[in-house]
Amino acid sequence: MTDKHTDDDKQTKDDKTYDPSRRRFLKNTGMVAGGVVGGSFLGGLLTNKFTQKNETATKSGMEHATDFQEALQFFTRREDFAVLQAATEQIFPKDENGPGAIELGVPYYIDKQLAGQWGVNARDYRQGPFVPKTKPSERAEEKRGEQSILDRGSIFLLGLRVMNQESGKRFNTSFDKATEAQQGEILQDLQDGKIKMNGLLSSEFFFLLHRSTLEGAYCDPLYGGNKNMDGWRMKEFPGAQASYMGVIDSEDFVKMDPVSLENYQGH
Amino acid sequence: MVKKLNKVDAVIVGSGWAGGIVAAELTKAGHKVVILERGKDKKHEDFNGTKDELRYSQRYDLMQNLHKETITSRGDLSETALPVRNNVNARLGENTGGAGVHWNGWTFRWLPYDFEIYSKTVERYGKGKIPKDSTMQDWGVTYDEMEPYFDKFEKTAGISGEENPLGPPRSDKYPNPPLKTTPAINLFQKASTELGYHPYRMPGATVSQTYQNPDGETINGCVYCAFCEEYGCNFGAKADPIGTVLATAKKTGNMELRNGANVTRVSHNGKRATGVIYVDTSTGQEYEQPADIVVLAGFVFSNTKLLLLSKIGTPYNPQTGKGIIGKNFTGHFSNLSTYIGARGFFEDKKYNLYMGTGSLGSTLDDFAGDNEDHTNLNYLHGFEIHFSQLGARPISNNQVPVGTPTWGKEFKKNSLHYTNRNLFITSQTAFLPNKFSYLDLDPTYKDALGNPLLRVTVKYLEDDINRSKAGVARCEEIMNKMGADIVDVDKVADDLQFDHKFYTDHFIGGVIMGASPANSAVNTYSQMWDMENLFVVGGSSFPHTGNYNPTGTIGAFAYRAAEGMNKYLSEGGLLTQQVQVKNA
Repeated sequence: MTDKHTDDDKQTKDDKTYDPSRRRFLKNTGMVAGGVVGGSFLGGLLTNKFTQKNETATKSGMEHATDFQEALQFFTRREDFAVLQAATEQIFPKDENGPGAIELGVPYYIDKQLAGQWGVNARDYRQGPFVPKTKPSERAEEKRGEQSILDRGSIFLLGLRVMNQESGKRFNTSFDKATEAQQGEILQDLQDGKIKMNGLLSSEFFFLLHRSTLEGAYCDPLYGGNKNMDGWRMKEFPGAQASYMGVIDSEDFVKMDPVSLENYQGH
Repeated sequence: MVKKLNKVDAVIVGSGWAGGIVAAELTKAGHKVVILERGKDKKHEDFNGTKDELRYSQRYDLMQNLHKETITSRGDLSETALPVRNNVNARLGENTGGAGVHWNGWTFRWLPYDFEIYSKTVERYGKGKIPKDSTMQDWGVTYDEMEPYFDKFEKTAGISGEENPLGPPRSDKYPNPPLKTTPAINLFQKASTELGYHPYRMPGATVSQTYQNPDGETINGCVYCAFCEEYGCNFGAKADPIGTVLATAKKTGNMELRNGANVTRVSHNGKRATGVIYVDTSTGQEYEQPADIVVLAGFVFSNTKLLLLSKIGTPYNPQTGKGIIGKNFTGHFSNLSTYIGARGFFEDKKYNLYMGTGSLGSTLDDFAGDNEDHTNLNYLHGFEIHFSQLGARPISNNQVPVGTPTWGKEFKKNSLHYTNRNLFITSQTAFLPNKFSYLDLDPTYKDALGNPLLRVTVKYLEDDINRSKAGVARCEEIMNKMGADIVDVDKVADDLQFDHKFYTDHFIGGVIMGASPANSAVNTYSQMWDMENLFVVGGSSFPHTGNYNPTGTIGAFAYRAAEGMNKYLSEGGLLTQQVQVKNA
């Protein structure tokens, strides 16, 4: 597949530090609501203008404030979390487009999700009898959604430990220390339902792992993923914009700097 | 102990479009109404700052909480149904305003062919064309009779649109002009026109300009902010029951809406409904709300379940074909009737796909209903084909060409590259009723109050699969004409089966209407034949699923039902004469 990124598509690498005052300035000037065609114009102008301010903000302690959230709520063993880190980075790796899962905060995002209502299936029907699936099937009609008695927190613990055991058996090392190719092989077997797990198919665990990795890459940063909105920058998704009224019919692609909910809701 | 409350003129179960319309019309006529809504209290203020994809599109914050109640599902009478445990597989409405809060706003008028499908099919093709095992029937009403109610709903909701060149006659144009257009929509319209088809702009309730409806309610002009489906509107710019009909009912002073009121039975003496029994979900206390008329205006599943639990009407038996409650369950199913089509990947053009609004799009009716001659086609009814630009959010939109892995380096590179370079055309196909697809009570699984879950059985017939294949083929044709560099087309297998996904929210039937109690539970005013002060309103009354989104037609039938209720409250009696029907 050829990759035809134009100059306009390239990421502004030095535009990562979050600074709400900058966004508010933009809103007040009306540039966002009215829209600006041509990403390099917007990115270039503002990056140059505010680089100085960003650095000041960092020194004054903003980065430390972010780090308070990077501790474990759900996982209790570092080795489980290490497998999660390696697995999410394989699924969504750092590349020339920008950061991977670890830099985006995905493993901590998943840890927080598992500690909350998603991790205990709080919105799901949880009465028995439970009829877990026993063989993988490509047929959509046989998938029948989640049927396991295990909640998602238990599924992750089980799944990550099975990955580690599998790595030990096959490669004589823990999953996080295995090579990229070895990690890839185990993940592929998980996705294909080829690794034995008690109470569900490995493909069901992989589905949750895969989905939550993408969530962590692209959710609003309030959840601990998509750190500094860099997932959105790669994706050219501008976040919680109030309006596209002035640009919806634009012939050209319109690139905007992203807006977080912290900013959007906070006025 | 059930606490008995003071009697009102009408008690309405459910506060979505159907319940809201009935409440507005009854209270305007001076009747005292109580609406019982099992979900939470919601007002427009709750949707400020709502642009959170994880919360609303991945965790389904506004959808029915399945912890308390869900449905069970199976694909054949011989299977054991399993519960749908997660919102990933069931996106159903809940809370004040129901699914009318988080819809996209596409508002169609179902076709003259839909209402007289049996007669018109036999007239044009002969009885031999009706598929074996089909239970399709006329609805007992014509499009011309329904036209004023369609017009009324469109004006209540401020529908924005333009004349459908192939559409049935209208008494008036849409109350608002179509929404703005985009390069991707223009491309779809140009390619379709060049192929000889007749595209027109999607009629919708994300309103193109600030509008005051005939009841005096204001709907703001849409700003294309791209958070509609699964979201309440941040700007009061999408017509919903909260900002229109419920507000209208509230202003009369004749309406009380009780949240957290989960109705479990219709109380009755065999001949008349006397009220409803409900549980206050905060305290567990049971109440009886007596009323002169009882209106069930919940979703298809709730309406059917309440009748079965209350032992009103005869449950449908798929073995004998006898009975009516639960019969003719149909819908738009994820792997058959919608969400399938052709996806084009464009190397040289980027579209602003992150912008959009719920009703932004274009559609065409060249293959809808019976617009095509089906003499040499291996299916009946048809499909509308559309392209829409709803606003592509990043967690859910990572489309890559077939052959790309779903994770890893190549996935990341391609999913980023194609984010704003892929367009999707869908055909939304009709689903005709058959004797195997129906609703009944599950023998095993129970809800949080100890009542049985509703069980859904869905079987696709050959006719449905053929129609679906034809729809996808037309999507492919148009996408090729649009000039995509790569065109991936969804495959419809010959032996495709129901995938147990209840994702579209377009589910229909169970308490169907008709011209005679021999083949229907309600008449065309949604009045139960067997219990004339009980009305069952909504998609549950449609005998099949047409090829459009249902809300416009649900709104029209709710207005008709409300007119009937007002008449009944002053005069009593059955609102239609029973007639002999041909396919009973």
